[in-house]
Amino acid sequence: MAQINDLTLAHRLFVKAYRFRSYDWAPGASLRTDIRQAKIALITTAALHQLGQPAFDEQLQGGDCSFRELPSDVDVQKLKIAHRSSAFDQTGALQDRNLVFPLDRFRELVSRGLIGALNHRHFSFMGSITAPGKLIAETAPAVARLLVDDQVDGVFLVPA
Amino acid sequence: MCNQSVGLIASVIEKAGIPTVALSLLREISEKVKPPRTLFVPFPMGYPLGRLGDPDLQTQIVIAGLNLLKESEALPLIKDFSL
Repeated sequence: MAQINDLTLAHRLFVKAYRFRSYDWAPGASLRTDIRQAKIALITTAALHQLGQPAFDEQLQGGDCSFRELPSDVDVQKLKIAHRSSAFDQTGALQDRNLVFPLDRFRELVSRGLIGALNHRHFSFMGSITAPGKLIAETAPAVARLLVDDQVDGVFLVPA
Repeated sequence: MCNQSVGLIASVIEKAGIPTVALSLLREISEKVKPPRTLFVPFPMGYPLGRLGDPDLQTQIVIAGLNLLKESEALPLIKDFSL
């Protein structure tokens, strides 16, 4: 189990002093269909990207709030990881991307009929964002609009 | 900061009308960010889907998250994934 006290001293001090943000989502949404008919999209903050896409900017002060589209037919094991946080132990994910982006598991659930379908695209962010203003005001709403356009029924998000 | 970022992205998408569920590796941070639905997973940083070479566990976590996605009462919800 991960706990704040397990982090390095530098991370612990940062987390203790940091003023975490929230965003008012009330009253909340409801699934409009049975999960067996639902179209699901995945979002990871493990900074995954395809070989032909620009990597995330690991030097950007406050964090890189941009996102990458990942097509649903992507070979997950070929995705690159461009994460800058030393709190993210990449040892496992480098061997199995499903540890941070479980697309293969979702494909199996579609085959088993436990969910309806996967969206044709998923999204990746680099989660080590300490100044999330642009994330809240621009890039997350942009992804939300794309997901609404795609008529996605539910979204499954995975940190790193 | 991944746990804050996931929570904020989930909150923005939920506000747009699509239900979301977010895994969390740090319960204390999710309790502060308060996204609509959180499945707390008791694994180390970098391992939100459990362990290497254990796809059955990955599937169990995904299904537990999807079950939480069905909830629309008493939000925000934080559930603990148990092995």
